[in-house]
Amino acid sequence: MMNPIKHAPVDLSRRGFLIGTVGGGLLMGFGAVLPSGCAREELAAKNFAPTVWFELSSTGDILINIAKAEMGQHVGTALARIVADELGANWADVRINHVDSDSKWGYMVTGGSWSVFTSFTQLSQAGAAGRVTLIDAGAALLGVAADGCVARDSQVIAGDNSIAFAEIVQRGAIDRSFTADELGALPVKTPEQRDLIGKPTPQLDIPAKSTGQAEYGLDAELPGMVYARPVLPPTRYGCVVNSVDDAAATGIAGYLGYEVLSDPSETCQGWVVTYAESFVAASRAADALQVDWTAGPAVTVSEDDILAEGRALVARDDSGALLVNDGDVAQARNDAARVHEATYTTATALHFQLEPVNALAEFDGQTWHLHAGNQWQSLILPTLAKALEVAESQVVIHQYYLGGGFGRRLVGDYMVPAALLAKALGKPVKLVFTREDDTRFDCVRSPSVQRLRASFDGDKQLTGVEHAAAAGWPTLANAPGFMIDGLDDSGKIDTFSISGADHWYTLPNHRVRAINNPVAQGAFLPGWLRAVGPGWVGWAVESFMDELAAEAGVDPIEFRLNLLDAAGKNAGNAPESVGGAARLANVLRTVRDSSDWKDPLPVSEARGVAICHGQERTMPTWTGCVAHVAVDATSGEVTVKRLSLAIDCGTVVNPDGAQAQAESAALWGLSLALHENTRIVDGQVADRNLDTYTPLRMSSLPAIDVTFIDSTEFPVGMGEPPLIVVAPAIGNAVYRAIGARVRDLPIRPAQVREAMIST
Amino acid sequence: MIAFNLNGQPVTTEAEPDTPLLWVIRDEFKLKGTKFGCGIARCGACTVHLGGTAVRSCSIPVAAAAGNDITTIEGLAPGNDHPLQRAWIAEQVPACGYCQSGQIMTAASFLANNADPSDAEIVEAMDANLCRCMSYIRIKRAIKSAARILREEA
Repeated sequence: MMNPIKHAPVDLSRRGFLIGTVGGGLLMGFGAVLPSGCAREELAAKNFAPTVWFELSSTGDILINIAKAEMGQHVGTALARIVADELGANWADVRINHVDSDSKWGYMVTGGSWSVFTSFTQLSQAGAAGRVTLIDAGAALLGVAADGCVARDSQVIAGDNSIAFAEIVQRGAIDRSFTADELGALPVKTPEQRDLIGKPTPQLDIPAKSTGQAEYGLDAELPGMVYARPVLPPTRYGCVVNSVDDAAATGIAGYLGYEVLSDPSETCQGWVVTYAESFVAASRAADALQVDWTAGPAVTVSEDDILAEGRALVARDDSGALLVNDGDVAQARNDAARVHEATYTTATALHFQLEPVNALAEFDGQTWHLHAGNQWQSLILPTLAKALEVAESQVVIHQYYLGGGFGRRLVGDYMVPAALLAKALGKPVKLVFTREDDTRFDCVRSPSVQRLRASFDGDKQLTGVEHAAAAGWPTLANAPGFMIDGLDDSGKIDTFSISGADHWYTLPNHRVRAINNPVAQGAFLPGWLRAVGPGWVGWAVESFMDELAAEAGVDPIEFRLNLLDAAGKNAGNAPESVGGAARLANVLRTVRDSSDWKDPLPVSEARGVAICHGQERTMPTWTGCVAHVAVDATSGEVTVKRLSLAIDCGTVVNPDGAQAQAESAALWGLSLALHENTRIVDGQVADRNLDTYTPLRMSSLPAIDVTFIDSTEFPVGMGEPPLIVVAPAIGNAVYRAIGARVRDLPIRPAQVREAMIST
Repeated sequence: MIAFNLNGQPVTTEAEPDTPLLWVIRDEFKLKGTKFGCGIARCGACTVHLGGTAVRSCSIPVAAAAGNDITTIEGLAPGNDHPLQRAWIAEQVPACGYCQSGQIMTAASFLANNADPSDAEIVEAMDANLCRCMSYIRIKRAIKSAARILREEA
């Protein structure tokens, strides 16, 4: 799986980890190793790069810089705990700082549930380098041998003697660098030696978020700024403004004017923006403006058109590119005693992060400053530079708390119109999307169609599975360089739109085709929505697995366990997937027990199961879920009474953070399964606000229990995986409750009634 | 000109009378803790107190504040020490945090009138406040815990 961090162009061979006394403090960071070997000189010149650095002040404060977006996952706390644990810091001394997009921080993206997984080794080694350096310097000051010292509670301790980190910083002139090899050879703590990792702690960001003091992008202001609101064109692509009439806006107090945006980056195609002395005036003017457009070609496209194209594509055996091609599925099908086929769909879904997208743009005469919460600064910087016709080095994005990310802010397109208007007006612009603007401009989760076909031999043994999945592809639209090659020269694949189909079940013959749906691709900008591909691929994989268990006449948990033999490619790899499918089998057995799987339930109630490996085979978060549902056999309404989860994410760095992520992701899964959907009508989403788009509320909250598997294996991601299993567990429970199979997400009462009739 | 009390301080605004109170609070008086979410009174992120009662500031005109007391998250309690805020921290409620000012203001108005709420009453009071991060389990727990603190301190 292509991961932007893993594949960022970083040459470690000429860099080292530098530690030096600078300006009264002790700086630590990655940087170029000078021929002179002088770390202090490099650090003083701020020539460190990229990704991590931290700083000890002479008063004992430890500042750890965080290059990840804070959007509810308490990432700063988790990452800082990794550094602080290795360093031997007293946690009370630690502060964090979310940094801007300066290139010294390295490649900046927050998504994919990657943050802990991709940072853990580097942060551990950086912390260890700091510890070794402080121990050596502290031992020298104490006049003892370094090998008799330990670092704990921000002190270097030698028997009864100790010296505080702060004093070492005050007294020492430290100048040290570690090569990549030296860094890799440093002793990092064993799980038993850890003081902070795995221990509960209050999240550093929570007090400010409980008092109204946390600053989000929407809260940023600059002197002399004007407020702006976009007047969005009828389609995402290909619109042209023919004329604008602002006669009805001129009477609005504070209205200043409008601008038809000309955008070299082609992000804004046919946009008009109003600006005013207040947001209310800009917003009212936008409503009053009469704009005549020539709409783009997608203006007639509907959800049904996209799904029809998807159905046609999955039905063809030659469409798409191959992700998996094990054995010979065609032969298995020809030899089959029985073939079982099913088609699954998911509807368009919105991010609906609660803070509508917005940005504040300013040019200071040399540099463009964009103030906006964002998840993937490194992706939008080149676009902003193109739009503004300046060099990338002239654009800086300043980070804020994100009022929800969920993948929406991986796409930074909302910064472009603010920048363009600020350039046109020559003054700072704060551009705010209303909620309806935000949803119309959302990079939605594409509708999807998946066909699965299984072959059974005469003994009811499963002999092959064919899987084809068609959808709009976010990576093709936003970051085509991160696509991968399919097998056998079959073409490019957006792995983020098929991941999960390469599951850990051992199948003798298995073929997976990933297919781009061009009707979706042309109508809107497909986006990455929390759990991304696995969030809808898993719906089909795990619903179908249940159908196959029913075909085989075997308990759905037993059926799955029989396929999780951890053999061959499913044996796992060090460090990230040690144990392979055996760990998935373990969470499945665990959730069977924790959910009371076999306890009897009243009529029209049942439990259903689903499992997944999280976001990627190369970063598996082993997850199992049992949903207990009640189905109203008359209305078709589904109520989820309880969700039981078992999760093996290796070492849990931040226990309550992991628990919160599990609760949040599981409830997102429930919301997407039963409560949320929209559809494309005339090239845009039909549901634009909470009057008709209806995410889960407190009144639909089920009981939730989460069991984390005790593990000291390598830590993997937690932000998304629990989402994936919930919808198929619910669908499978509905089948076990009333015998009706639902194959379309979201599960609506009408669909359940239809499924009951056709059963 | 419209005059009202904002967190105990008398203020005046020249804003048009039909301007939503939310934007006057945020952009004129620079109290940014009150958030903009949906603009149609269905998410609750903009909740403030008007005369002690929770209202959706995105959907009431500033004229409705005339002569009244408006309280925002910043003015809820001296030192940001309201039992709900203490419970929010103790129970580790916020995720992204964007909705939480509104959740706390809704809960504060509710608890002021019901010191010992049942689970069902909490759900009824809070159901109109959306948390997109789905921190509902913790919100519910924290409200019960804050109610306990309030009763003990009464």
